Amino acid sequence: MGSSSSSIDNIPNAQEIMQETGFSAAHLLRLYERFQFLDRDQTGKLRPEDFGALRELAMNPIGDRIIGAFFSPGQETVDFPSFVRILAHFRPTDSNRTREGPQQEPANSRTRKLKFAFQLYDQDRDGKISRAELLQVLRAMLGLQVTEEQLQSIAERAIQEADLDKDDAISFDEFRKSLEKVNIEHKMSIRFLR
Amino acid sequence: MSWFTLPVDNLLCRCLGISITVWLTLLFVFIIVPAVLGVSFGMRRLYMRTLLMIFEWAMLRMEMGAKEKNQELYKPYSNGIIAKEPPASLQQEIQELRGSSSCLRSEPEFEMADIFYFCRRGVESIVDDEVTKRFSAQELESWNLLTRSNYNFRHISLRLTVLWGLGVLIRYGVLLPLRVTLAVTGISLLLVLTTLVGCLPNRELRSYLSEKVHLMCYRICVRALTAIITYHNRENKPQNGGICVANHTTPIDVIILANDGCYSLVGQVHGGLMGMIQRAMVKSSPHIWFERSEVKDRHLVAKRLGDHVADKTKQPILVFPEGTCINNTSVMMFKKGSFEIGCTVYPVAIKEGEDAVQFANRVKAAIAAQGGLVDLIWDGGLKRAKVKDAFKEEQQKLYSKVLVGQQDQEDQEDHSDDKHFEDENPDAHKKN
Repeated sequence: MGSSSSSIDNIPNAQEIMQETGFSAAHLLRLYERFQFLDRDQTGKLRPEDFGALRELAMNPIGDRIIGAFFSPGQETVDFPSFVRILAHFRPTDSNRTREGPQQEPANSRTRKLKFAFQLYDQDRDGKISRAELLQVLRAMLGLQVTEEQLQSIAERAIQEADLDKDDAISFDEFRKSLEKVNIEHKMSIRFLR
Repeated sequence: MSWFTLPVDNLLCRCLGISITVWLTLLFVFIIVPAVLGVSFGMRRLYMRTLLMIFEWAMLRMEMGAKEKNQELYKPYSNGIIAKEPPASLQQEIQELRGSSSCLRSEPEFEMADIFYFCRRGVESIVDDEVTKRFSAQELESWNLLTRSNYNFRHISLRLTVLWGLGVLIRYGVLLPLRVTLAVTGISLLLVLTTLVGCLPNRELRSYLSEKVHLMCYRICVRALTAIITYHNRENKPQNGGICVANHTTPIDVIILANDGCYSLVGQVHGGLMGMIQRAMVKSSPHIWFERSEVKDRHLVAKRLGDHVADKTKQPILVFPEGTCINNTSVMMFKKGSFEIGCTVYPVAIKEGEDAVQFANRVKAAIAAQGGLVDLIWDGGLKRAKVKDAFKEEQQKLYSKVLVGQQDQEDQEDHSDDKHFEDENPDAHKKN
């Protein structure tokens, strides 16, 4: 680290990425520097171990799930554009978007943020959070602090509340419905400086 | 043509000769002799005061300039990428997440939204984390006429530019040769004299002389650095047979501390010039050099430390238990090695700039408080080692408290919370 004079020109496809994700040039540059810092052996791609070196992340009960979210199924590395695309989910929602670009939904929309969170639960990506998957998350977040019985009852309760069509699993729509009142735009956003 | 150039040549040589002689004499009288004797003319303080005045003036000019143009004066305070809100406790954040819907419930519950808290914390740490921030160079808070940050020099006014140019001239034309000369003198004297002293047979004479020699050379080096050192609480100065423990901000800390008294050093064996210095120092006074990557060496070091402090005639040992360089904003977790020896420990706080404030009881907290530094629980060895699971467990504990509530601890034996669930949902208690 230090005073290396990297500029936006060093980043391949910078304009495209900025267009797609909505990050400004300054943000992109900082993220690129961060990416390079995480990429210890300078291969241009990150592997799960590179994330694992971050202590705060290792301390996080769902740390490995979050790391997994960066890697597409079957992929073992993540390059810079993919890295930024995932982080784009956490940009604060722009209140009045007048961008005339492609009509696809911006990465930081409420739905996309919800989808990101949904996939943290739904590890096998079948579109539903099964009871087993819910139990796994609960176990990760609670560790050995609760008994198996308590865990089961917590999971039971949660499914009962959210599962509207009674198929013993929580689909994305049910998930979204149960989080109607939550201020996701604020809670799933990270304020980037400058 | 030859008669034309000769007088000029002669003149040039003479001028050069005279100026060098004058220079060296001044150097000798004003710097080396006081260093040897241990007095100070106060020139460094004067220099510092002048510098500070200049910086303040420059800062004022910059602010005025920025106001005129109605711009934000960019102050490179932090090298953080994201704005982290003041860390609310886990309980608070989760309550916020749940909002008003949970007020009606009597007992805390799991909500699908809880994951957002962990998710956001996790992504925040991917983008920017506390530990790595501490290891990068701390950016200066004020523009110092020789910018240390990435940002390009902006033309504010002619006066500032001239001042900057003058600064460059003085730095490289006057101060640099001065400092280089002093540093070279200091180090070579150290090398030569310690070797000489090491040859003496008489042990008492040797330790007496070596102390004098060390002090003298360190003083010269300190002048080379143009350092002004203020020592507080001198009555607590480390005595023989003790260990002195300090926070580690730069490799120069050793020189700064040793300027006041003699210490035995513990450290990693280096190659090159440092190695030469280390070997020379060992000849006249006892120091402990080891190889960090050798496991056997570590046990040996502990034993040698123990033997050294047991001998009351030997100087106090200087140890930096953090084990690595931090960038002067926090005190990392102290390694236990130096505290296991079981002798008197003298804590020392080193902080660049401001005066120290207070002293607390426990050693680590004492140093953090003394230097006005932030007391972190992070392990400085993280730079090299893997993480411990104990901290993850703490997070899980906190979260489980939110869910299951405090009553969990008392009800554990009579399973009353199980009954509670059963009352509400008789058919819910399925066991898979």
